[in-house]
Amino acid sequence: MAGEKRLSKRLRKKRLWGRVSNVYAFLVYLFIYVPIIVMVIYSFNDQKNNYYWNGFTTEWYEKLFTNSDLVGYLGISLIVAVAATIISVIIGTIGALGLVRFEFKLKSVISNSLYIPIVVPEVVLGISLLMLFEIANFPLGMTTMILSHATFCIPFVVIIMRGRIAGMDLSIEEASMDLGANRLITFFRVTLPLLIPGIMSGAFMSFTLSIDDVIISNFVAGPYATTLPVKILSMVKTGLSPEVNALTTLMVLVLLVGILINNAVQALLKKRALTNIKSYF
Amino acid sequence: MAEHIVSLKKVNKFFGDNHVIKDLNLDINEGEFLTLLGPSGCGKTTILRMVAGFEDATNGTIEVQGERVEDKEAYERDVNTVFQSYALFPHMTVFDNIAYGLTVKKVPKSEITRRVKEMLELVQLMGFEGRKPDMMSGGQKQRVAIARALINNPKVLLLDEPLGALDLQLRKQMQIELKRLQKQLHITFVYVTHDQEEAMTMSDRIAVMNGGVIEHLASPDEIYKAPKTRFVANFIGESNLFTGKLESLENGIGGVATTLGKAKLELSGFEPGEEMHICVRPEVMKYSKEPVDGFSLRGTVKNVIFVGAQYRTLVTMEDGYDVKINRVKQNKDLKEGDDIYLYWEPDDATGIKA
Repeated sequence: MAGEKRLSKRLRKKRLWGRVSNVYAFLVYLFIYVPIIVMVIYSFNDQKNNYYWNGFTTEWYEKLFTNSDLVGYLGISLIVAVAATIISVIIGTIGALGLVRFEFKLKSVISNSLYIPIVVPEVVLGISLLMLFEIANFPLGMTTMILSHATFCIPFVVIIMRGRIAGMDLSIEEASMDLGANRLITFFRVTLPLLIPGIMSGAFMSFTLSIDDVIISNFVAGPYATTLPVKILSMVKTGLSPEVNALTTLMVLVLLVGILINNAVQALLKKRALTNIKSYF
Repeated sequence: MAEHIVSLKKVNKFFGDNHVIKDLNLDINEGEFLTLLGPSGCGKTTILRMVAGFEDATNGTIEVQGERVEDKEAYERDVNTVFQSYALFPHMTVFDNIAYGLTVKKVPKSEITRRVKEMLELVQLMGFEGRKPDMMSGGQKQRVAIARALINNPKVLLLDEPLGALDLQLRKQMQIELKRLQKQLHITFVYVTHDQEEAMTMSDRIAVMNGGVIEHLASPDEIYKAPKTRFVANFIGESNLFTGKLESLENGIGGVATTLGKAKLELSGFEPGEEMHICVRPEVMKYSKEPVDGFSLRGTVKNVIFVGAQYRTLVTMEDGYDVKINRVKQNKDLKEGDDIYLYWEPDDATGIKA
């Protein structure tokens, strides 16, 4: 039939828009990923200064694992990020519970003041943290780094958790108490499990902020606890080694694999939930 | 020694400056189905929450089984609640939801399994134990909520508008089921609703509440036939209300001069000269083309409407008040614009103190 070949004007228009939006999405992703792709390619470049392509090599990867201290800096970064995440998730969740569940004087002032550390330029926060540690005569190192990172992560966690907690049905916790569970049991068996999705997003946020941070870390790092981003920044001044590209490529790879595994697990859980439902009919 | 399973004495509750429960006394008998009925904001849910332990009374005492409960936390009280929003634990299966109270009390696993199974049978949800709440319909969720409360063998089950979110047909079915459960288990049910039909269907006694006080506490039958206050008369069923002054009282028959004319009714406990209201239900309202002895209530037929189960005639009185007359059969002799006289059998009307 002619109808099959000649689509209506409306459908053709729709199809055209579909293509246009695909192209648009592709361009946006290209825009985001080109710098990363360049970095990945140059991590295999047989040329130290990275100005032009000189041929394929895996030399930088070998160097990275044999005689480079970059992996050590990554280790410090990870320790700081994990510790800061744990601290800020605990403090942030408890703080959000208090801010949502209880009424007290100046509640809205206290609640809104959370945005101050987020808005204050990181340089300023870094300098003031450094001054604080100096005044308190606190030696700079891993501890100051973890404390500083937790400082700027906590407001983000509180803001994320506040929304989650406000959306929670209070009667679910009342039901738990009604059924004989005291406040502690109710917290661990009902409140906490229901907050896990929020806690996870708060944790990811904190971890990302912490592992990315250069400015504040630069101030409070001290001589023995330099994180990877701080190290890379200092290398820019003295000459950037392609090992950095190799290391970052590996980090991107780990992230990519993580995302793929996460997607696979989600799909599996969804499938299992669906078959569970079906088995009842 | 406790004659009443739950007893509230002179209970007051303030939320800030808002006086929501006013000097309230309420005794609930063991094994009865008592409904707290009233419009939203009348304080009925607050009473339930105070008995459950989620709110504290500002003053007054609350006793459960003769024991004061002010110092007991919600988790220490022998009462359980069914919430309007079901409040199931979304991260647990039906089995774990129902078992929750027992696992908290560290009951042995084999006994938990047995009792959960019993409960699933009781609420007719066998085979659902592995499901999560979000895979169930509203009616099924509410059954889980009921089973979760009943497994603890509470002395009193508190139900806070448990059927509010269900559609009409399911609600009617659940009403019958709840009544069956209550009879079968001999548990005291304290039920909160704003739906008078629901209250009538299930309750042994109804406490009609308004503005933080109980206006009338009696059986459904009595509340309908002899409402104690104007509010109750209006809130429960349909009513025609006349206001006037009691002129004479002879042999239990009172003659009243209402604002619309003379009327009479059976009365006791009233003194001549007293201001009063008369409540007459639409189905017992009578009419005549000729004046009737003792009555002089005249009106004009406004219209006759078919409302499904019955025909409703509206009669407009002198002051614009519409009197309702309900009949199963159509009043064929009435048509729009007819002038008629209204009356009733003296024992069909109720006198209400002004």
